Amino acid sequence: MMWKPRDRAAALKPLVFLACLAPFAWLLWRLLNNDLGADPVAELEHRSGDWALRFLLITLAMTPLRRITGWVQWIRFRRMLGLFVFFYASLHLAVYLSLDLQGLWTQIFAEIIKRPYITVGFSAWLLLLPLTITSTKGMMRRLGRNWGRLHKLIYLIGVLAVLHFYWLVKKDVREPLIYAGVLAVLFALRLPWKRWLVAARPAAPPRT
Amino acid sequence: MLIKRPDDIATAEITDESIYLGRRRLLRTLGLAGSALLVGCSQNPGDVDAKVGTQADTDASLTLALARKTDYANGEAQTSFKDATHYNNYYEFGTDKSDPAQNSSKFQPKPWSVEIAGHAEVTGNFTLEDILKGQSIEERVYRMRCVEGWSMVIPWAGFSLADLLTRFKPTAQAKYVAFTTVNRPAQMPGLSYAALDWPYREGLRIDEAMNPLALLATGMYGRELPNQNGAPLRLVLPWKYGFKGIKSIVKIEFVERQPRTSWNDAAANEYGFYSNVNPEVDHPRWSQKTERRIGAGGGLFAPRIETKPFNGYAEQVASLYAGMDLRQNF
Repeated sequence: MMWKPRDRAAALKPLVFLACLAPFAWLLWRLLNNDLGADPVAELEHRSGDWALRFLLITLAMTPLRRITGWVQWIRFRRMLGLFVFFYASLHLAVYLSLDLQGLWTQIFAEIIKRPYITVGFSAWLLLLPLTITSTKGMMRRLGRNWGRLHKLIYLIGVLAVLHFYWLVKKDVREPLIYAGVLAVLFALRLPWKRWLVAARPAAPPRT
Repeated sequence: MLIKRPDDIATAEITDESIYLGRRRLLRTLGLAGSALLVGCSQNPGDVDAKVGTQADTDASLTLALARKTDYANGEAQTSFKDATHYNNYYEFGTDKSDPAQNSSKFQPKPWSVEIAGHAEVTGNFTLEDILKGQSIEERVYRMRCVEGWSMVIPWAGFSLADLLTRFKPTAQAKYVAFTTVNRPAQMPGLSYAALDWPYREGLRIDEAMNPLALLATGMYGRELPNQNGAPLRLVLPWKYGFKGIKSIVKIEFVERQPRTSWNDAAANEYGFYSNVNPEVDHPRWSQKTERRIGAGGGLFAPRIETKPFNGYAEQVASLYAGMDLRQNF
């Protein structure tokens, strides 16, 4: 029997959930096998940060995917993906605080205030908090139209996260620029191109 | 402001010409001219080029029979050979710390020659064998502090930079020494990306270069330098951030003015000419107060350690910078 698209999305959800956990499982496996390289703390920090940023971009890709493919069910993965952004970002922050700075609280506060890249990174994580808390159906209902407004914060978080990456590399900015590029494309896809094209059509090009 | 006058030191190192010529004559008489290639060679580079050590000399000079071993790291545990050779920066092979080990197998460190240029009585091209002739190779265990905030303890094998430099008889105008890394795009894939303005360049004030701690390394862990660590000849300056230790050196030039250096060119506000390890002067983007010792006991939970002024070598080098504002001259 043929599944309805809705059912298909529901059936895929557990698989997507497991796929989202795979990077975490891989890190854990490498950790247990002593396979994180010479500087395991930096490795955990960098890889968890990578995945937080990747999941952020994947989450932001759901809306454009729905429009482009016409399959509306993409949107049903968005909340779960967004929660994984919070999961990996929190892992990233936890590794930084507990393993890298090891709870040297005076240094932690100094770093958050003094280092622009840490300031923006930490801000991005803080801004994820309200989005995570209001991700439930009940909260959606309660917040009504404001829910959508609040969740527009994800665009700002995306910019802060890319900036965080860009400012922390020493010289080779190629990788952060790739993330910046993908983010820019995801933003551009949200612009009302259709409306603009329609609006532009009647205006004949100026003759010289 | 420079308290110490580098030119004074250089002048003091210059052998009186009569002694120099007398020694030359003596050596020739004794038939030992071959073993004194560097000391006795002419100022004409072409002339020098023709002089190459015998095969036997070559082999003997490249085996790492260590004259002596000295621990300059207070007995701190040495970093494993694996970590020191598989986690390092050598942007000519790629900007990831695993890239140098992965991408350096095509690099050919033999044969090798180094150009000596600038304000010195003896200049020209010298084969590595020439350079190593008469040098006893010793092991020195040094702490290595990377500007990124991690550190290692590495047993280097090499000889004092001052020993080599004095053989070229720098003149009073030689106030700085400039070093250049080899530039071989075919063997160094990282060069295809302009992370820095290639070739890599570094420099020292001459009195820094003459400090006994400054080491020209040809090996580590009792063996020849692996390609990824700067084969066949690199600088090790344990009181400075790691990037000052220029690798695969092909040119040493005695100059009058402070030379341009790669990282300083790339970001002058982040990487000073001196780049002495200093916990009081943060990198603009991160703290330099503490460091993570690679491979330290305790693994993930190994405590960070406090970074020491001049990486713990203040006793040997602090006088070089007496009277200087180290915040200004970072």
